[in-house]
Amino acid sequence: MTSFKEKYLFQNVEAAPLAVFRILFGLMMFVSIVRFWSYGWIEKLYVQPQFFFSYYGFEWVKPLGDYTYLIFFVCGFSALMVAIGYKYRIAMVLFFVSFTYIELMDKTTYLNHYYFISVVSFLMLFLPANAYFSVDARQHPKKAFKYVPVWMINSLKLLLGIVYVYAGLAKLNSDWLVKGMPLKIWLPSKFDTPLLGNLVQTEWAPYAFSWLGTGYDLFIPFLLLYRRTRIVAFVAVVVFHVLTRVLFPIGMFSYIMIVSTLIFFDARVHHKILGFFTKMLRLSKTLDGVGATWRPKNSFKMAYVVLIGFFALQVLVPFRYLCYPGELFWTEEGYRFSWRVMLVEKSGYAQFKIVNGDSGKWFYVDNSDFLTPFQEKQMAFQADFILEYAHYLKQHFEKQGHAQVEVYVDNQVALNGRLSTTFVDPAVNLAAQKESFAHKNWIIPFKDEIKGL
Amino acid sequence: MSRYFVLAFLLVALGGCSSDDGTTGGSQRDETPNDDPKPVSFERSTLLVNWADNIIVPSYEAFASELEVLQGTFEAFRSDASTDNLVAFRAAWLSSYLAWQRVSMFEIGPAESAGFRLNINTYPVDAEKVTANMNGTSDLALPSNRDAKGFPALDYLINGLADTDEAIVSKYNEADREQLLAYTDKVITDMVGLTGTVLSEWNNGYRNTFVSNDGASATASVDRFVNDFIFYYEKFLRAGKMGIPLGVFSGSTLPDRVEAFHEGTISNTLFLEGLSAVQDFFNGKHFGSNETGESLATYLEALNSVKGGESLTDLINIQFDKAKESVASLRPFKEELMENTVPTEMGNAYDEVQRAIPLLKVDMVSAMSISIDFVDADGD
Repeated sequence: MTSFKEKYLFQNVEAAPLAVFRILFGLMMFVSIVRFWSYGWIEKLYVQPQFFFSYYGFEWVKPLGDYTYLIFFVCGFSALMVAIGYKYRIAMVLFFVSFTYIELMDKTTYLNHYYFISVVSFLMLFLPANAYFSVDARQHPKKAFKYVPVWMINSLKLLLGIVYVYAGLAKLNSDWLVKGMPLKIWLPSKFDTPLLGNLVQTEWAPYAFSWLGTGYDLFIPFLLLYRRTRIVAFVAVVVFHVLTRVLFPIGMFSYIMIVSTLIFFDARVHHKILGFFTKMLRLSKTLDGVGATWRPKNSFKMAYVVLIGFFALQVLVPFRYLCYPGELFWTEEGYRFSWRVMLVEKSGYAQFKIVNGDSGKWFYVDNSDFLTPFQEKQMAFQADFILEYAHYLKQHFEKQGHAQVEVYVDNQVALNGRLSTTFVDPAVNLAAQKESFAHKNWIIPFKDEIKGL
Repeated sequence: MSRYFVLAFLLVALGGCSSDDGTTGGSQRDETPNDDPKPVSFERSTLLVNWADNIIVPSYEAFASELEVLQGTFEAFRSDASTDNLVAFRAAWLSSYLAWQRVSMFEIGPAESAGFRLNINTYPVDAEKVTANMNGTSDLALPSNRDAKGFPALDYLINGLADTDEAIVSKYNEADREQLLAYTDKVITDMVGLTGTVLSEWNNGYRNTFVSNDGASATASVDRFVNDFIFYYEKFLRAGKMGIPLGVFSGSTLPDRVEAFHEGTISNTLFLEGLSAVQDFFNGKHFGSNETGESLATYLEALNSVKGGESLTDLINIQFDKAKESVASLRPFKEELMENTVPTEMGNAYDEVQRAIPLLKVDMVSAMSISIDFVDADGD
């Protein structure tokens, strides 16, 4: 036990990997924010819409009109500060808070990789990633350390391992492995991809991609851990993520993952990378700092407790779906925050009906009066969106002077190439339903069966 | 070793940043169309050629010649405003209005930039505006005049000035004669002009642009057109022609919102022509012939044969047929709405029309992996 603790947790190792991770993570985040801004997505996703879908319990997190740009500015600026390691602790807090705030503003834009970034930046709050090769280390020799306990690096490896393995486990289902769905839908539509155009249209391609993807996700962390397979594994990481980037609109995620997996390499590689930066930026080698070793202060004990809790949650949260009845891919109860990445092809159609409970008079809602096309698309197949929107409609029409407002929906959803069927019970008055973590019994059960995890 | 590694990695990262989002960013796509034979696949370029050459352009041509006839009958009516000439003029109006139902859905490219649909068929017509325009100067190119021109304005000028043909004809022979004729002429000239512009742009360049944009991005022709097609079905056919007059969005019926209100008896004929046009387009039926070519239907079948599911093509056609049948059994919409306190049968027919939407918007689009509207955000 002592040797385990020594070997995997408290042995001191070089801080260089942590420094490289910090620099590349900060730069990637900065580029992501600039990219997001330059595409006009802040305006389009957070300023223009008149209604935003909130996460349960976070209804108070809303965009701030034009000040939303300020949040993005803080986020981008703090990412740069993280990259150079200037006032790292404050910068990291600012980044974590601003980035997470942005993600909570509207769950329409939920992406696993945004969650990944929030989670990584939360972990980084506890890591002295500015100990080495940073402005902080240079300005305050007391904060400079050449060695850190190995758990600091291993915790990042563990987090990446969780992401990959859970993404792999999620693929162990009959739709993905036996039917080759949803890749059978997605791949042929990528016929105009350079070089791969013909490949993606073959009948075996979806199966090959499905199985290789599953194998990749399940085993890549272990292949990266093992020194002899590490280089091959990293090549696989690059190929896999570049391929998914070419085929699917997943933005920066691929690059972030490629960069992150560098953490698996030993300190020598990271010194080379730092050497490269030194040369490129004509820095003096003095950034190397002194030979000090990081020691926890007494107050750090709390951090251990928080981190153990954090990882326990990371392991448990993806399994929360077991608490809900019915098919997960259909109800999506317990679907998010679980590394279910590019896993289902789903779309829906939702026509809302406002009924006067007294007179029975009714009319339909034109969704485009309230939602952007993107919001409407996401809303139409997710029960919590449908409910929240129904509540909003009730409020809206009551304000307009309608009385006894009841809200019903005619809602069809198609999953992984199956014919669309009714998703929400059309006879249920959604205005009277409450949001909670409990199962939504007004979801019509899935008509088919998907076997697997 | 690791130095090259780092270099290679940085190259990948940089390359990645600069080539972001070719698929969703807009008009960045300019690679030449790939003509390699494709194994299992469906040729989107063949589909586009069929749409352009056998359906869209011929439909525009037919519409343009209908308008010529309309103009001819108007000239006859202008030189002799008799009841007979009015009847002939009205028949040409109806016939070109039907031809319009076969082009209204093609609101892409030239039609989109001309605002074709809004300029030709914005209803209900604002009769007071028509009268005001007639007696003053008016610029029909102004967006504010859209509800005082096109087919609905002609509807008012031909059918709405009085109750009987004799009474209408006498209006054209009385004090207002010159203003009425001049404005009618102006409206028809405007329609002919717009149609000529749209058709000539298709014939001079846009056809090739349309056909060669055969990729699979949000801005590719198929993706864009499928969006426009569904948008037309949902907003203009279902809601515009039936739903809004029926009051499904307002709670009470609005009979004055039916298409061709002043004529009063042809709104369902116009609807059915529009629905047939939609179904024929879906099945790739060549204009004015029973031949069919590559279409959304054959595309779905090609995908389905790979997928081995139920035939979505059949389901969609069955639903279109049902919708047609139930609308065909109705009296003219205006009558249905004015003579029933609760227009139950028209409501039921509307539901049948409505039922095709999930099939198109959810099942078809998802099978083709086409994104609804230009949602250019990241996925994961």
